[in-house]
Amino acid sequence: MTSSEILELVKQYDADSIVSATAEGLYPHVVIKPQRLVAIATFLKTQPRLGFDLLRCISAIDRPAQNSIELAYDLLSTSLTHTFAVKVLLERADPQVASVSALWPAAEWHEREAYDLMGVTFLHHPDLRRILLPEDWPGHPLRKDYQDIVEYRGLKFNP
Amino acid sequence: MALIEGIFEPGLVVTTVDWVLNWSRKRSIFPMTFGIACCAIEMIATGASRFDIDRFGSGAFRATPRQADLMIVAGTVTFKMAERLRRLWEQMAEPRFVMAMGACAISGGPYHVHGYHVVKGVDQVVPVDVYIPGCPPRPEALLEGLMRLQDKIETRTIAKREAL
Repeated sequence: MTSSEILELVKQYDADSIVSATAEGLYPHVVIKPQRLVAIATFLKTQPRLGFDLLRCISAIDRPAQNSIELAYDLLSTSLTHTFAVKVLLERADPQVASVSALWPAAEWHEREAYDLMGVTFLHHPDLRRILLPEDWPGHPLRKDYQDIVEYRGLKFNP
Repeated sequence: MALIEGIFEPGLVVTTVDWVLNWSRKRSIFPMTFGIACCAIEMIATGASRFDIDRFGSGAFRATPRQADLMIVAGTVTFKMAERLRRLWEQMAEPRFVMAMGACAISGGPYHVHGYHVVKGVDQVVPVDVYIPGCPPRPEALLEGLMRLQDKIETRTIAKREAL
């Protein structure tokens, strides 16, 4: 299926939730309202003509100028071999969105990573802990306004 | 410092025992399996047949600190790893040695400025005997470092040292 056909199906399902969309270019995607993420993700996975059974990546992007944190969900259908992406824009001060780990188990660790490095809170996540950094690490390092630590457990950052 | 070191009066017997001890020690430096980043690939190559670290009696990479004499820190040390590294070093029996292999272990390397999570040099965590520069160092460089460590071991003695 082409990207424009995929987008057409999503529009038929729930046009009201779409903020913006593009079926052209290098990265065809649809930007949706965060509250509708799980519903649209379920649709993308279960609709037989779409069949997105694989979540390849969740990328979190910090955009201080727009005062938002963007999440991009890259999807692939292994049986129909087409790809698509879903984006949500979250409030930068308190980014929260529902977890999709019940749909795609791969999301569990991706969401933990986004939580660890960007500070996005995923609601109803089964095990939302830091995945890379130590539990007592201050802040979320991939935020644009992140300040480096001075020392960690007695080790100087800049000796 | 091993238990036996620095307690005997210097003399002919002592120097002979020194020679035997150092001869055997420097030719059986068992390294610990401690590859923590890409430098580990070079360390593995050093262990394989082309470079053959076994020529120096150091081919027995031990999977436990209790059996190891040498910790080759082959890679980037993060703040999370530093604590574990220190604990492993403390579990090694004396005399124990540490090699800082590659730019990351020496100074943080490519992460020196922008690495939010990297310790700027493993010598902040454990005392380092030999620094091997490179990113990553070639196996020849690692073997050179091993030979420098052998030179260092040769200077050890069980005799009392003169007060400075």
